[in-house]
Amino acid sequence: MQIDEPLRRKLVQAVAATVIAHAEELTDLDQAIGDGDHGLNMKRGFEAVLGDIDKLVAQPLPKMLAAIGTTLVMKVGGASGPLYGTLFLQLGKAIPEAPSMSEAADALAVAIEAVKARGKSTVGEKTLLDVLAPVLDALRAGADDLPAVADAAAEATKPVQATKGRASFLGARSIGHADPGARSSALIVRAVASTLAEAA
Amino acid sequence: MSNVGIVIVSHSPLVAQGAADMVRQMVGEEVPLAWCGGDPDGGLGTDVAAIMSAIGRAWSPAGVAILADLGGAVTNSEMAIEMLPEEQRDLVAVCNAPVVEGAVVAATEASGGSDLHTVRATAEELSP
Repeated sequence: MQIDEPLRRKLVQAVAATVIAHAEELTDLDQAIGDGDHGLNMKRGFEAVLGDIDKLVAQPLPKMLAAIGTTLVMKVGGASGPLYGTLFLQLGKAIPEAPSMSEAADALAVAIEAVKARGKSTVGEKTLLDVLAPVLDALRAGADDLPAVADAAAEATKPVQATKGRASFLGARSIGHADPGARSSALIVRAVASTLAEAA
Repeated sequence: MSNVGIVIVSHSPLVAQGAADMVRQMVGEEVPLAWCGGDPDGGLGTDVAAIMSAIGRAWSPAGVAILADLGGAVTNSEMAIEMLPEEQRDLVAVCNAPVVEGAVVAATEASGGSDLHTVRATAEELSP
């Protein structure tokens, strides 16, 4: 589908707005099982994205995504900076200017592999991958309610014991809390999917 | 100076600076040394731009060994390396070692003129 400049602007605004609006919730989740900075870090990153929005959305989709990735890498500060930064950078490298659904899914698959490599992690370790991977599967299967898939996947990280990141230091005590990175991923998926649905 | 440089990356600028002080006490000015700590707003965390700058300050033709503390410091250090000019990337290595002990041991090894591979291996002997 053609993603023109007004739609690119809507997408960036929707993603940034939801991350910023949920900063406190993300930080609360991270305080339970991590170092308590996820919300603040993501907010700083997406505020920087918003600050640059005119320049970002003037670029074609692939370049815009890569530029967002670079901004997140430089501004977020925590481990989520290189992880989300890599996700957007690789999405930008892999996606065509006017992607079909299957081309978007292929690009997401490439980006997910890059996030796995960056975090030396895989699905099932209570990370953002636990949301991104099922969203990709649902996208490929033609599911029409990706936000619900993402929310359920984030919620499903609760009973998992973390084996990556700082939450892994807590061992079994990480069980019972949703992963903050899974939650922020679900928020981003919801923002993208609902903005695209409105535009369709 | 062609000894391997050392970069210390901590979530806390105080930890990074303190570790750097301990390195200086051990090796004086014999190795290029730089440290960074704190997120872009000055809170606890790490900052890719600051890590890239520290690599530049500790740059040596023999390479640079990075000692980083917890998770995000390592991930951000690896990200910083990828964002360096291509000809520099292979000359920078993150050592899987405790940050304070690793920095002192790595710097001591570097001060004897060892190559990057040896400096890294010596620091990593500290890890279980």
